[in-house]
Amino acid sequence: MIDPAPPVLRVANLEKSFGPNRILKGVSLCLAKGEIKVLIGPSGSGKSTLLQCLNCLVTPDTGTIELDGEPIDLANRRELYRLRQQVGMIFQDFNLFDHLTARDNITVALRRVKGLARRNAEERAEQELAQVGLTDSWASLYPAQLSGGQKQRVAIARALALDPRALLLDEPTSALDPELIGEVITVIRSLASQGMTMIMATHQIGLIANLANEILFMEAGTIVEQGSPAVLMAPGCTSRSRVFCNRLGDLAEGGR
Amino acid sequence: MPTSLAVIADSLPYLLAGTLNTALIVSLAMLVGLVLGVVIAVGLVYGRRPVRFLLGLYVWFFRGVPVLALLFLFYFGLFTWLGLSVNALLSAALVLGMTTGAYQANIFRGAILALPHGQFRAASALGMSDLQAIRSIILPQALRLSLPAWSNEYSIVLKDSALAFVIGAPEIMARTQFVASRTYQHLPLYLTAGLLYFLLTWLGLATLKHLEKKLRIPGYSQHGSQ
Amino acid sequence: MLSLSPFHQELFAALNHGLLISLALIVPSALGGLATGVLLGAARVFGPVWSRRLGDAYAAVFRGTPLVVQLFVLYFGLPGIGISLSPYAAAVTGFILCSGAYQSEYMRGALLSIRQGQYFGAQALGFTDWQTIRWIILPQAVRRALHGCSNEIVYLIKYSSLAYVVTCMELTGEGKTIATEYFRFTEVFAVIGLYYLGLVTLASFLLQRIEQRLAVPGFGRG
Repeated sequence: MIDPAPPVLRVANLEKSFGPNRILKGVSLCLAKGEIKVLIGPSGSGKSTLLQCLNCLVTPDTGTIELDGEPIDLANRRELYRLRQQVGMIFQDFNLFDHLTARDNITVALRRVKGLARRNAEERAEQELAQVGLTDSWASLYPAQLSGGQKQRVAIARALALDPRALLLDEPTSALDPELIGEVITVIRSLASQGMTMIMATHQIGLIANLANEILFMEAGTIVEQGSPAVLMAPGCTSRSRVFCNRLGDLAEGGR
Repeated sequence: MPTSLAVIADSLPYLLAGTLNTALIVSLAMLVGLVLGVVIAVGLVYGRRPVRFLLGLYVWFFRGVPVLALLFLFYFGLFTWLGLSVNALLSAALVLGMTTGAYQANIFRGAILALPHGQFRAASALGMSDLQAIRSIILPQALRLSLPAWSNEYSIVLKDSALAFVIGAPEIMARTQFVASRTYQHLPLYLTAGLLYFLLTWLGLATLKHLEKKLRIPGYSQHGSQ
Repeated sequence: MLSLSPFHQELFAALNHGLLISLALIVPSALGGLATGVLLGAARVFGPVWSRRLGDAYAAVFRGTPLVVQLFVLYFGLPGIGISLSPYAAAVTGFILCSGAYQSEYMRGALLSIRQGQYFGAQALGFTDWQTIRWIILPQAVRRALHGCSNEIVYLIKYSSLAYVVTCMELTGEGKTIATEYFRFTEVFAVIGLYYLGLVTLASFLLQRIEQRLAVPGFGRG
């Protein structure tokens, strides 16, 4: 069904504590090429920490991370930088660089990290901005001059410009006004249709349930339930995921 | 080393008396600066155009000319020229006071402008005259908001007061210099002077911090600026 | 050709010479102070614990004592332990050390005001720590600190007059000599005041231009 090649990203037994709080208690998961997984669960269940561990923004205490079948040495900074370049991350609050225009937010990584010449970096930035539906006239604006939806689209373009093997999306639409969510979801859908490998934490499951290959339900630092949306979200199913989503009152919206 | 310690021990009473003079200069200067600063700030905000222009000129002048040049200008120049006999200590206090007055004016002006517009209007609506409104509604708020910046002014004036020795005011530096020129223990003596200033700085700042706490009104704080 | 009295000729010749010396004091001190401030500020925020402590102590000492005391220690005190500096060297050293302490305070505040998301954003793109600081954090911090740093440079221009007390003959020193010689203090120091006002006003204007050039919409001073 899915590629027999090694999974793009495989992690096993990730654990992470902050002081006395155990946030992750041994999480394992696997992302095959082109696969889309959705991470749901109550606030504080560890979704965000898990995603941040996947590209080592937060270094896990124990556990292994493999990228394309190759284990990453978590103690080696160079390998961490390489991992992060190959695994893109989209944040809830965008984290665009406030002092750079939309265009330069994209070129700064291409030039400083990948060592591209300015012209090539700018051409690439234009392509990526077009890909997320932002025309040239937006490129010269600074983050403070963009709407939330536009900021998130620039952030996605910025991540895509590095040709990531996979994208991690940490509640990419929760900081947006309701009327701006659509434009970001449209971009995510188009990425899905192009076969981008993604794992996304969200509270708005309804919006992308039909894209997901698998739903992972997290609670108290572990994945307590996983399965295809067709099974977990089937009407009448008493899965934790469905109960949780019903409580969020989000399923109706997903019927569209 | 023992010689230097002995020199410091011997001259300490003399230096401490100089410290009192420093404290006197600084207190006087801060007082003069406060009065000037409040008057100028009110003039800058509420005054007519020519008044604002003249006060702006004052602030520009005293913020742009070094204290050292001002001390020479007033003590050896203007005061003598005007036929005033002002001693060195008082001259230093006045010059530092006029200088910090210009800086304080800017601080208070910023604080007044940061107050919500409704405050003045509400006071007028109660039948207060402009002067009454400024005195009993605007200034109590603006001065509270200014306290952190005012504390900073204190430490600047204290350090500037070390220049008063150039006109012969008998403060810490003048006395340290005097002892140093007789005993040749320059390094230990100037380090001691530094220590005295350091103590005065932090002592003063701690006192002002305490004052800030005492004057605090629950839930009332400086929003945004400064 | 405007004809000046011998007094005025001598005065302006001396002041113009002094002005050059003042500029020779101010420019390296401002640049050195700024560089010291950036490095020290960074050490006080990003450095290991010992470097933070040391940096904080340095700033507290140099901000808590008068510049003139620092200059006296450098010029009159250090020969006591076998280090002799020329008046010019003592003045520039003192100015750099002192203004570096103040500049580091602005840099430190600016660095601390940068949101953690900016670090995350950079690291998620594979920036190394150094690249993150160089390309993301410093450009933002410098913009935030710029206003304070400009003020500090204006202060430095005025405090360059203190070089006179360690016998470096700049604007104030040259003027003092003439004023004493002719006993015309009011006149001489009024003119000196105008020289400094010119310098300070010009510098403020230029620094404001730089601030405007570097301004980024919606990116405040923090």
